[in-house]
Amino acid sequence: MARNHITTTINGDEYEFLCDTEQTLLDCLRDELFLTGTKEGCASGDCGACNVMLDGQLVCSCLVLGVEADGKSMETIEGMAHGEELHPLQQKFLELNGLQCGICTPGILIAAKALLERDPDPTETEIRYWLAGNLCRCTGYDKVVRSVQAAAEEMRKG
Amino acid sequence: MDDLRYEAPGTLEAAVALLAGEEGDARVLAGGTDVLVLLHADMIEPDLLVDIKNIPELTGITQENGGWRVGAATICMDIADHEEFSAAWPGIIDSVKLIGSVQVKGRASIGGNLANASPGADTVPAIMAAGATASIFGPQGQREVPVEDIAIGPGETSLAKGEIIVSFFFPQRPAHSGGAYLRFTPRTEMDIAVVGVGIDLTLDDRGTCLAARVALGAVAARALMVDEAAAVLVGTPIDDAALANLAAAASAACRPIDDKRGTKEFRIKVAGVLARRTALIALGRAKQS
Repeated sequence: MARNHITTTINGDEYEFLCDTEQTLLDCLRDELFLTGTKEGCASGDCGACNVMLDGQLVCSCLVLGVEADGKSMETIEGMAHGEELHPLQQKFLELNGLQCGICTPGILIAAKALLERDPDPTETEIRYWLAGNLCRCTGYDKVVRSVQAAAEEMRKG
Repeated sequence: MDDLRYEAPGTLEAAVALLAGEEGDARVLAGGTDVLVLLHADMIEPDLLVDIKNIPELTGITQENGGWRVGAATICMDIADHEEFSAAWPGIIDSVKLIGSVQVKGRASIGGNLANASPGADTVPAIMAAGATASIFGPQGQREVPVEDIAIGPGETSLAKGEIIVSFFFPQRPAHSGGAYLRFTPRTEMDIAVVGVGIDLTLDDRGTCLAARVALGAVAARALMVDEAAAVLVGTPIDDAALANLAAAASAACRPIDDKRGTKEFRIKVAGVLARRTALIALGRAKQS
């Protein structure tokens, strides 16, 4: 059977790819488009490592089919830095050790960015609840939360 | 070998024709938070997925006859963010906010939660307590049914082949009405209900209960409407005696199983405790409205 022909916008650029119906958006990003910044953790919507923004909504790309991306607009971790200039979240995660092995980090950064766009000054409790769907087995979360708080403060200063 | 097909029709009629006309296994795809997990775990092998998110009637929250119409595939994030609907139906919002993570709420819907027919589905006791009806469209046309008539057992619904849950209608609220949903889970987030309780109350001007609806989740093969538990509240000021009767009636209605999340005995006891707590939250909201 013919594969599905998908046209989609990722980080402002138009992409086309072919995929099988079963293929998740995560697999399409990684295996068809070689955008490997988005990671696979659980592949069942529990861990958040595969988070992307799909038409402005934070989603697990493992719980979206590639065919559903046709005509839609996405933001992935590859679009977060502007060339050499890191996003404040990325900068603070580096400075404050908000990551160790790094597999969860792209998803956490995408999720945290979505939170700060919605609420530039979240409480610690709000940050922890918002990131409840992003599992990290290295940091114990505290440095993640401190990094998000520091980035939020920097972004509020403009 | 890929023989799974995907269609994303723009009308109800087209979706129903696809679902009803499929000889193999056809599945509705809304948020996919259950269907795609089952698909990739090889627990289902559908021949056709019909994505219903391009159908206008399936999404959105609009006022209708003094009540609210909520598209069955409206994502939980949009429901929780809707200020007017949240003010009218806080018990629904309690349940919607408990669904998965932010990421899952960005895809998951009340219609999907109901159609998936898990006994522990969080939004189901809440919409049952609210007295919501579901608008269903299928090969025989449209019908409106109480939401408690849809899930009939684990993974099983009363929907006929080709039928789709289109939307939910939440009726106009009388004065002094309030609802709440509580669940018990070992963790505060990202967990599945061991027991869930939805309660909706209407009071008179003096605070006496005029009407009550009580629904329990995760304590039987499907969510239960517990009329006996509602009946002990009506005519009372919902005082300690009434709450004790409510707890006893809620526990008595449970027909749970033992599983990894809880034993029968534990679920029966917790159903009473949670019913009491849920009623107190609903009471506080009813008095303020």
